Amino acid sequence: MKVWRYGDNIDTDMLFPGKYVYTCSTAEEIKPHLLEDLDPSFSKDVKEGDIILAGKNFGCGSSREQPVVGLKAVGIWAVVAESFARIFYRASINQGLILIECPEAVKAYSDGDDIELDVDAGKIIVAGKPFSFPKLPPEIIAIRDAGGLLEYTRSKLKNR
Amino acid sequence: MGMTFAEKLLAKYAGQKEVVPSQIVTVRPDHLLTHDNTAAIIQKIGPELDEYGIFSKSLSIIALDHVIPAVSEKTATNHKLTREFVKKFKIENFFDVGVGVCHQLVVEKGLALPGKLLLGSDSHTCSYGAIGAFSSGIDRTEAASLILTGETWLKVPSSIKMNLNGKLKPGVYAKDVILHIIGDISASGANYCSVEFHGDVSQFSVDDRFTIANMGVEMGAKNAVFLVDDVTKNYLGSIGVSSSSYDSVFPDSDASYSQELEYSLSEIVPMVACPHTVDNVKPVSELSGLEVQQCLIGTCTNGRLSDLKVAADILKGKTISPNVRLLILPASKDILQKALKEGIIGTLIESGGTLLPPGCGPCLGAHQGALAPGEKCLSTSNRNFKGRMGCKDAEIYLASPATVAASALNGKVTDPGEVV
Repeated sequence: MKVWRYGDNIDTDMLFPGKYVYTCSTAEEIKPHLLEDLDPSFSKDVKEGDIILAGKNFGCGSSREQPVVGLKAVGIWAVVAESFARIFYRASINQGLILIECPEAVKAYSDGDDIELDVDAGKIIVAGKPFSFPKLPPEIIAIRDAGGLLEYTRSKLKNR
Repeated sequence: MGMTFAEKLLAKYAGQKEVVPSQIVTVRPDHLLTHDNTAAIIQKIGPELDEYGIFSKSLSIIALDHVIPAVSEKTATNHKLTREFVKKFKIENFFDVGVGVCHQLVVEKGLALPGKLLLGSDSHTCSYGAIGAFSSGIDRTEAASLILTGETWLKVPSSIKMNLNGKLKPGVYAKDVILHIIGDISASGANYCSVEFHGDVSQFSVDDRFTIANMGVEMGAKNAVFLVDDVTKNYLGSIGVSSSSYDSVFPDSDASYSQELEYSLSEIVPMVACPHTVDNVKPVSELSGLEVQQCLIGTCTNGRLSDLKVAADILKGKTISPNVRLLILPASKDILQKALKEGIIGTLIESGGTLLPPGCGPCLGAHQGALAPGEKCLSTSNRNFKGRMGCKDAEIYLASPATVAASALNGKVTDPGEVV
């Protein structure tokens, strides 16, 4: 498992350039351009189960779903950051991408450290040191457990 | 305990007497805005649209504005799919290519009203706080779900009260105010929060308030709002909306805020946001003389009649630097027509400007006005992220229309006070 480490204010243009927004919408179209202007090695080398560790305000900027769809599709296990921008946060709930807001864990991490994660318990262990993060409210867990917002909505419509 | 604007409005839409920050509520917004992303949104729910139809034909506001006119078969097809959807489901509020930027249209056409709740799959949906609405950005998938069900969840935000006191000096504009605030509070300083503007705000027109509320998201705000006053009422009256058709929401005097911030307007000077974050702001004087190759006046942030007029007053009878391309991007066709009538467009073109069709233009980097490596653009738009105008090795600086116009004359960043 590789930890991809980035700084503060990683914006939606760095995660997925605006010039592709109206030409790429499927996971396969999105993948090659993920983090293109931030880290060209990412889309080539990312593997299933990798983690992104970032600073403050990850995902700030546009309402841009492609990076969320793309990170989920390449198998990013979780994005751990000091904080997230809200539209990115909502989009991640809706796509089932796991986001963990835990500034202490981010600050404790040094290159090469092991990270263990128990999302349901609200626990992240960095180099043997445990940190806790707030669990999601039940309304949000229901969306995640349904497999994302569209699945949740589909089942709601069916049972109406 | 009293409630803030956001608490009161969300309580109303949740059908509850009281709500508190962090509470999750289920709401039915009055409108849902989508734009060129409509095609991608409806393609997610093709079978469901066939089976269940849409929740309401009055919910959606759709404007084609981001990549207009279409630049490729792909974007043209997206526009076509959107028109077919509009026709099939008899969507009441549709604005085709050339009518304007979605956010301008929502306000200009009286679709956002005081006390209303609007959501949109665009981050600058927060703009409608300019007229006392609660509005916030969401993602495409949530927009798809709303089209089908008409409802979603919101977390009640905590609120920040910003007191804007005193009077702006001549040559300083709403754009400088919001850049100053973002520089102070940082790009994440209002994350998840509702921002309320109080104090001496009667000096700000609805155009000014639009510029400020529009950039609320650049400090992370969920929404940013100016409370309804005579300025709002007069504006709404001017577009044919009577005060009996809306129900304004005001915070209680004993509402509780997570932060109260004071800004002395008389101390604010012309500002520029430097690459590559909006909170990297400096006074224009510190950048004076920096050469730029492209100047952009317009977009949903600063493409209104008053913005174009400020620029025209500076450029009248003069010619821009031969080293600069000046792009003019009115926020709507209505604004363009008024600016034509008043001779503003003529002045801007005579000075060397190039007129672009009302829309998002170069702001998102997908077409018109893309930058080359090493180039610098001074723009009235709202974002200066790396790669935003199509090239990661270019630089974007943000400023007011006056600063951009003055700088276009010299080909270098220039304080507007130097040329008027």
